[in-house]
Amino acid sequence: MIGLQHYLVVSAMLFVLSIAGIIVNRRNLILLLMCIELMLLAVNFNFIAFSRYLGDETGQVFVFFILTVAAAEAAIGLAILVVLFRNRRSIAVQELNTLKG
Amino acid sequence: MYTYYLTIVLAPLLAAIVTGLFGQKIGRAGAHWITNVAVGISFVLSMLVLKNMFWGGADAENISVYTWAVTDGLRMEVGFLVDRLTALMMCVVTFVSLMVHIYTIGYMRDDPGYQRFFSYICLFTFSMLMLVMSNNFLQLFFGWEAVGLVSYLLIGFWFKRESAIFANLKAFLVNRVGDFGFILGISGVVMFTGSLDYATVFAGAEGIAAQNIEVISGTPWNAMTVVCILLFIGAMGKSAQAPLHVWLPDSMAGPTPISALIHAATMVTAGIFMVARMSPLFELSTTALGFVIVIGAVTAFFMGLLGIVQNDIKRVIAYSTLSQLGYMTVALGASAYSAAIFHLMTHAFFKALLFLAAGSVIIAMHHEQDIRKMGGIRKYMPITYWTALVGSLALIGFPGSSGFFSKDLLIEAVKESHWHHSTSTGDQFTYWIAYLSVLLGVFVTALYSFRMFFLVFHGEERMDAETKSHLHETPAVVTVPLIMLAIPSAVIGWFTAGPVLFGDYFGDAIQVSHDHDVLAHMGETMWQGSMGLFTHAIVTPVFWLAAAGVASAWYLYLKRPDIPEKIKDRFSAVYNLLDKKYFFDDLYIKGFAAGGRSIGTFLWQKGDEFVIDGMMVNGTARSVGRLAGIMRQIQTGYLYTYAFAMIIGLTMLLGWLIWLR
Amino acid sequence: MLFHSILFYVFAAIMFGAALGVVFSRNPVHAVMFLVLTFFNAAVLWLMAEAEFLAIVLVLVYVGAVMVLFLFVVMMLDVDVEASKRGLTRFAPLGIGIALLMVIELIQVIWLRSQISDAPSGFAATPEGYSNTQALGAVLYTEHVYAFEIAAVILLLAIVAAITLTMRKRPGLKVQDIGAQVAVRAKDRVRIVKMDSEKRS
Repeated sequence: MIGLQHYLVVSAMLFVLSIAGIIVNRRNLILLLMCIELMLLAVNFNFIAFSRYLGDETGQVFVFFILTVAAAEAAIGLAILVVLFRNRRSIAVQELNTLKG
Repeated sequence: MYTYYLTIVLAPLLAAIVTGLFGQKIGRAGAHWITNVAVGISFVLSMLVLKNMFWGGADAENISVYTWAVTDGLRMEVGFLVDRLTALMMCVVTFVSLMVHIYTIGYMRDDPGYQRFFSYICLFTFSMLMLVMSNNFLQLFFGWEAVGLVSYLLIGFWFKRESAIFANLKAFLVNRVGDFGFILGISGVVMFTGSLDYATVFAGAEGIAAQNIEVISGTPWNAMTVVCILLFIGAMGKSAQAPLHVWLPDSMAGPTPISALIHAATMVTAGIFMVARMSPLFELSTTALGFVIVIGAVTAFFMGLLGIVQNDIKRVIAYSTLSQLGYMTVALGASAYSAAIFHLMTHAFFKALLFLAAGSVIIAMHHEQDIRKMGGIRKYMPITYWTALVGSLALIGFPGSSGFFSKDLLIEAVKESHWHHSTSTGDQFTYWIAYLSVLLGVFVTALYSFRMFFLVFHGEERMDAETKSHLHETPAVVTVPLIMLAIPSAVIGWFTAGPVLFGDYFGDAIQVSHDHDVLAHMGETMWQGSMGLFTHAIVTPVFWLAAAGVASAWYLYLKRPDIPEKIKDRFSAVYNLLDKKYFFDDLYIKGFAAGGRSIGTFLWQKGDEFVIDGMMVNGTARSVGRLAGIMRQIQTGYLYTYAFAMIIGLTMLLGWLIWLR
Repeated sequence: MLFHSILFYVFAAIMFGAALGVVFSRNPVHAVMFLVLTFFNAAVLWLMAEAEFLAIVLVLVYVGAVMVLFLFVVMMLDVDVEASKRGLTRFAPLGIGIALLMVIELIQVIWLRSQISDAPSGFAATPEGYSNTQALGAVLYTEHVYAFEIAAVILLLAIVAAITLTMRKRPGLKVQDIGAQVAVRAKDRVRIVKMDSEKRS
């Protein structure tokens, strides 16, 4: 019987996987952005599950807005990525280390 | 009399301070005039005190001069106790000191440290006087330590010499071991009587003897025995009894005048004086007296044996001093305190004389001290020769000399003592050890002293031509003290033996319990006056032993000088034992000193450097550094690392919320 | 019910596998493809939860627009694929460890706590004639209209920002600067010079 906790577990696992992805990622920045999308997906799962469980539509409205903002953020993020690539000729995460003191 | 006492003590002190601080300003003449005059004043006043006390019949005086501190009921004072014993000691000390002061003018004439030397020996006189005139244990201890300090300063007078520095530290440290026992003894006295004052302590002596003390818990010992033995350990250090005797021969590294003053006549006798002064205490503990007599006997005989194999003129006399101190200690152990003090007095004269004569020879030989390089000096230095002969005869107890009276009566006292008349086997055993030691010691004494005498003054002349051409008698300032010491060495025994030993000279100063009182017993039964003793001398074993010793010395060193070599080869093991001084020095230097040093090195290297510096101080710094080095790697500069850190934090927070709440 | 459960598990498994593929695949294009697969499966799961509108929106908007954008950028950037094959960071084991820990914690919260509480865990059945889209629209345009408008503005903002960020002037390009043209003044262009006429000779 599929219940609330199934969805929540799925959401949790996706979330954790995306975090692991951010941490173990060495290769490129795009992967980072994709992991962020995964994270947002996991959160959406949470909202959908609870909205269905509680019978309140507000959760799904919120998912709607999350999708919107995620799209906007992906666009801007990729724009930044492009500019970065133009300047540095590389999107490897290791080479972005000028913050180092 | 009070002003006399103060002057006697303070005049040398003042002279010492002035000479010490302003030595350069007052110059050499100033230094020797001030100190000699000061000690001269002390001597004259001491004689007046003695005259007043003995012929004038004055009573003993116990005066408190100054209260230094009172803590918790314990009074610490500076005071004088002047009774017959004190008066005798004062005269001996000041007389010998005066002779040495005059002698030093000649002996140290070329030395750059002239004023410093006078300051020191004057300071010594002050310290010794404070010691003998004290009326409480604290001042006694002050004097004790002060003479030890001045001895250190004087032995190391020529401080640029390696041997002198070694010797003075050795003297000080060995003395310290004795002083440790001494201060424990004084603490015991304070513990049981609550006072440092002699009068109070002697009054409460019976009380101490009635109690037991458990030094090791579970085994009670008689308190008086413990206290007396501890006090005697102090005397062992100061008076160089075995096994704390090792410093005295080495102290010959100092100038000869101080060997005469300190290590013959005065400082080393402080221990003997102290035991005599504490006679009310010692009389109450037969065990302590047994300890005293055995130590004294061992020292007397075995140190004498060492004197036979020495080749340095001063060392022969040093071992002789050790042996004679052993004699005095034996007398103390036999409860013949008066005999011990009497021998102390005569010994002071003839031993100081012998040392000064040796110094005279050394000056003439341009500081050559090896007797194998001397010989036949008799022709060149007649005054030194005759005075040295008087001294040597006194030392061996030649009938009529002062040494004869003191030594003979001492040996008689041991023979008649309560140890002999006791019924217990332990006491009998002790008696035989003591008696045989002092008796055979007479032979040994005669042998080594006349060995030295013949090798130096008689026989073929073994010095090189250069020295021989400069050989002449030393100036008057050196020979006059010799003569002045030779006179009492020869004659003083005649008219002092009777009164001092048998005539109740000491009165209440020395207390002897009735069944120990050998001298009183002898006085009643045997004493027939000095003349009687003199005529009786021929039939005593002592005389024949001494004669045999002199004859052996003449035979072995003058008639057939090849025999000693053969004996040495034959009995090489015995010779080695004597040459190495029974391995005491090896034990102390390689055993205790090296052991102490290795413990120190271990604690320094492992404890201090490794543990404290390495682990605690540097180690903490290094750990901080290392930790920081590890923590530094978290600051990568990459955002995702910081994000990761945040996630870790989140996980931990979650974990805490879920599992630990 | 059983079929329902099996479907759920199957799609969840595929989704999870695709997510793993996103993280661990070498080729970035493959990674994007895997992400697309993830979203598709997520949409199916949302459908099973009776959130149809959002499921379709996910596919249309997210996959159709955002993922396509990702693909554009991935293919546009000349990424050195060889160099990026160097493997995972040195934090990998630690990261995976922390991830596992977090999973355990979250599952602990969800599963085990849910055993204790006695609230029903299943979803209530939806009433007859329930239309998710209609219900959503009814709420969206009434209670949350303000947020709706702001979301629109955000989208506009995103467009403007993206363009502004990536706009660059290429050198040697001839473009008109309208502002400069309009702001020109007569006396900069024309200069009246008074000259005397000269006799023709």
